[in-house]
Amino acid sequence: MVLAVSLFGIFVYGFNLGVDFSGGSILEVEFLGERPDLSLTEQKLFAAGIESFRIQPTGDKGFMVRVADTSDESRKLILSALSASDEPEKVLTEKRFDSIGPTIGRELRRNAFISIALVIILILVFVSWAFRHVSKPISSWKYGVVAILALMHDILIPAGLFAFLGHFYGAEVDALFVTALLTILGFSVHDTIVVFDRIRENLRKAEGRGEFESIVGKSLDETYGRSLATSFAIFLVLASLFWFGATYTRYFALTLLIGIVAGTYSSICLASPLLVSWHKWASRT
Amino acid sequence: MLKIRLTALFLILIGLMLGYFAGANFVRPDWFLGGISYRLGLDLRGGSHLVYQADVSEIDSSEISESMEGLRDVIERRVNAFGVTEPVVQVQKSGGESRLIVELAGVFDAEEAIKMIGQTPYLEFKTIRPEKERDVIIAAQEKRERVLEDPYFIPSELTGRFLKKSVLNFDLTTNEPVVLLEFNEEGAKIFGQITKENVGKQVAIYLDGLPISAPVVQQEIDSGSAQITGKFTPDEARALVRRLNSGALPVPIRLIAQQSVGASLGSESLVRGIIAGIYGILAVALFLIVRYRFPGLIAVFGLAFYVLLVLSVFKILPVTLTAAGIAGFLLSVGMAVDANILIFERMREEVRWGADIEHALETGFKRAWPSIRDSNISTLITSTILYWFGTSIIRGFALTLGIGVLASIFSALVATKFFIMAAGLRRNRFSFILYGAKRPEAN
Repeated sequence: MVLAVSLFGIFVYGFNLGVDFSGGSILEVEFLGERPDLSLTEQKLFAAGIESFRIQPTGDKGFMVRVADTSDESRKLILSALSASDEPEKVLTEKRFDSIGPTIGRELRRNAFISIALVIILILVFVSWAFRHVSKPISSWKYGVVAILALMHDILIPAGLFAFLGHFYGAEVDALFVTALLTILGFSVHDTIVVFDRIRENLRKAEGRGEFESIVGKSLDETYGRSLATSFAIFLVLASLFWFGATYTRYFALTLLIGIVAGTYSSICLASPLLVSWHKWASRT
Repeated sequence: MLKIRLTALFLILIGLMLGYFAGANFVRPDWFLGGISYRLGLDLRGGSHLVYQADVSEIDSSEISESMEGLRDVIERRVNAFGVTEPVVQVQKSGGESRLIVELAGVFDAEEAIKMIGQTPYLEFKTIRPEKERDVIIAAQEKRERVLEDPYFIPSELTGRFLKKSVLNFDLTTNEPVVLLEFNEEGAKIFGQITKENVGKQVAIYLDGLPISAPVVQQEIDSGSAQITGKFTPDEARALVRRLNSGALPVPIRLIAQQSVGASLGSESLVRGIIAGIYGILAVALFLIVRYRFPGLIAVFGLAFYVLLVLSVFKILPVTLTAAGIAGFLLSVGMAVDANILIFERMREEVRWGADIEHALETGFKRAWPSIRDSNISTLITSTILYWFGTSIIRGFALTLGIGVLASIFSALVATKFFIMAAGLRRNRFSFILYGAKRPEAN
């Protein structure tokens, strides 16, 4: 259900690419005194001949302006338009200026895809290898595939949330977002492996006796306490990062938070049941 | 038992030492090792990160790395002249592209820096100033006038713009290194003119406003090539060629990315990161104690050991800390706790199954190990890939996460284990309550 909503978000709204993927500049300023009116400032920027910009207020006294042009001239133009003077530094301070040319943007986008794909492949290989001794009753590569399925679930949910956030609040998908997704990948597998490890151990103990399904069920019973405890501990840390951390890692912490919740859910309620259904389906006669 | 206690004591001592090392720079920078502080990334201290694309399409592929080196040297000199502390100037190859990365800490208004960096390195030829004029200027300078003028040389028309290339050679008879200059057509004409007018006099060669050589002209040269002889060592001559080539064949560069963070935003991010860290770790510590009671308390010590260990590693390597890096570190705290939780849950289980506590402890650690190992390897895989493919922001995150995961395995398996074992375990009613398990039913 949540997954369906996420997919809906991704396909209908798509993502707002941050400047590091699309190319462009971001200028963040803070006014020393009162912040001027938003629509008035927009008009000033129009009047200054700045094309296709987006402006949004940040904090109490700041603005963030995003434009497609990456030159330093456009930065100066924006500064003087915002401050309505030739000496912008008397009215405001520049907090941040990022500008990324389109070539780098393309390259970063490509690298993001490569690294996600590589992480998935390597984890599949690793899980299959780690569970190589447990090929009965289901072969070890299936653990890998199920881990990957759980993992897709875990990254699609925060990605979907981000599509919504992007649509309604202008949140942007940037390099940090991709980092968050990759971290969720790592965590998700981490969590799933703990459950699988218990299944592995219980299978060994059972020495071929007992239903696969009940062994999986038993393993889940034995591990969900730990899963919840760990997720809660990580949750605490991330929540603290979200509330108190740097503004610029805020969405990052949020993405991770959602991913951790999704990851905990999937390793308990998704990965192991999938393993069982697959086994049932494969062993039907 | 004594041995275990001694080991635990030893670990506590190490922990105290790590604590001293990790925190000395905040409290008493003048004390031993207190001068070493954390290296902060540009996003936390404020500064500019500039990425230049070098246009190497005109350069022979075998000479690209040499010209990039030259480019780096020139720009490094310019940046140094700018008075930036610890500037970073790096050549980066990415696919078929050659790039130059310039990091200037503490420079927010990168405009000035960009201007300086963006200029083609400036090579000038200067002829000697007539003695009369020279004396007038020197006299004036003694009175602190006309100080900006060079009393000895006058700039000529000839600049690096006309230089085609420069090559290192060795004199056949003396075997001394010689630097050959080759001008383009227009440059050859000007150079011919200059040499004709200055036979027997010095012609000075300036790079970026500094004299690098002032050879005496032997005769008029109209071939468009000149040579600089001097008392060079081969290394000096090579460096000169590199500098000249970069001045003459300026690999044209173009700014393609710029990130500047103001100092105020930087320190705000830093303070927020530290606050988030403190609250996050405190919350986790509280949770551990509430849920796992006595072992939880011990785990908090293990966790403190872990935090100090990681911070010390950050200092020693050193790791450049960024906002994302702090996030990675905090996340690794969560992972470190996971190792402890895995062990404790196992111990609880064993106790519940009726094992005595000493035994439960042993098996708890042993059984938890495969899942700790396998699950952490998957995180390590992720952080390695992030480190490989990432930009500097992501690298900071991947590095701190990776270090954190490695340290967490160590602290859970060594520190927490010995702390718990040393705490002493007697089989009585009390300890069952301490360990959060019901007393096994007598049967």
